[in-house]
Amino acid sequence: MLEDFLKNIDYKIVQQIIFFVFGAATIGGALYLLFTKNVLYAAFSLLFTLLGISGLYVFAGADFLAVSQIMIYVGGILVLMIFGIMLTNNKSFQRNNAQANKIIVKHHNRFWAVLVAFLLFLGYLKIILEANFHILGQQMQKGSTVNQIGVNLMTDYVFAFEVIGILLLAALIGAVYIAKKEKA
Amino acid sequence: MIPIQHFLIISALLFSIGLAVAVTKRNAVLILMGIELMLNAVNINLVSFSQYDPNRLQGQMFALFVMVIAAAEVTVALAIILKIYDYFKNLDLDEINQLKK
Repeated sequence: MLEDFLKNIDYKIVQQIIFFVFGAATIGGALYLLFTKNVLYAAFSLLFTLLGISGLYVFAGADFLAVSQIMIYVGGILVLMIFGIMLTNNKSFQRNNAQANKIIVKHHNRFWAVLVAFLLFLGYLKIILEANFHILGQQMQKGSTVNQIGVNLMTDYVFAFEVIGILLLAALIGAVYIAKKEKA
Repeated sequence: MIPIQHFLIISALLFSIGLAVAVTKRNAVLILMGIELMLNAVNINLVSFSQYDPNRLQGQMFALFVMVIAAAEVTVALAIILKIYDYFKNLDLDEINQLKK
């Protein structure tokens, strides 16, 4: 019974359903981030968006980038942002301990910004639907990309690789220097 | 296989939402989040075009470098945000409107 069912599944449809689940997680998280007023909830909706994007990378055949997306964005950048939110929490409005300490932020110009963003999206949609991609139907990525990325990093892109390492080091030292407490 | 238009439409939507987030929010950390959304939208475009280039993977390499730049940008921006909070006791960008008191 179950084996027959598994044999008869059309795997292309399953693939498309999973793709749209990841796409919906991405877009839904971003929309919630746009419309929520609670800063911490916005950070957690960004988590959904980033995980959905890493799923989309898997569908585009970029396995290494999907894992780095989770490690860099979710493990690094999002945690840093949540630290930033919590360290800059102004507690003056909190009267007693029983009150929930939500960090609320107001919006401004929301109508015009959403309108402009929507028109921008319509413009992009027109361009995408009218474009004639010659690459469609050509050969696709097969297998793992890790090997190819490693070879690329040590041959074609070795100068950019070293430069970006120095940039990252400089940014980290600069951030520590800027954020340190001054002796008043 | 997923047609490339689906990736491009998701990415266009994500870019527009990121722009709206960066313009509407008044908290500095949330504006950073909007910028991250826009960078991620660009990365989706690069990666989805890169699947038609399996021998050189130029799009994926570019996306990798964009990720590292985003990480460096966020560390410096959060350090600046912490200093602003030390000085103004506030992160509302409408209130932070003077260079020196």
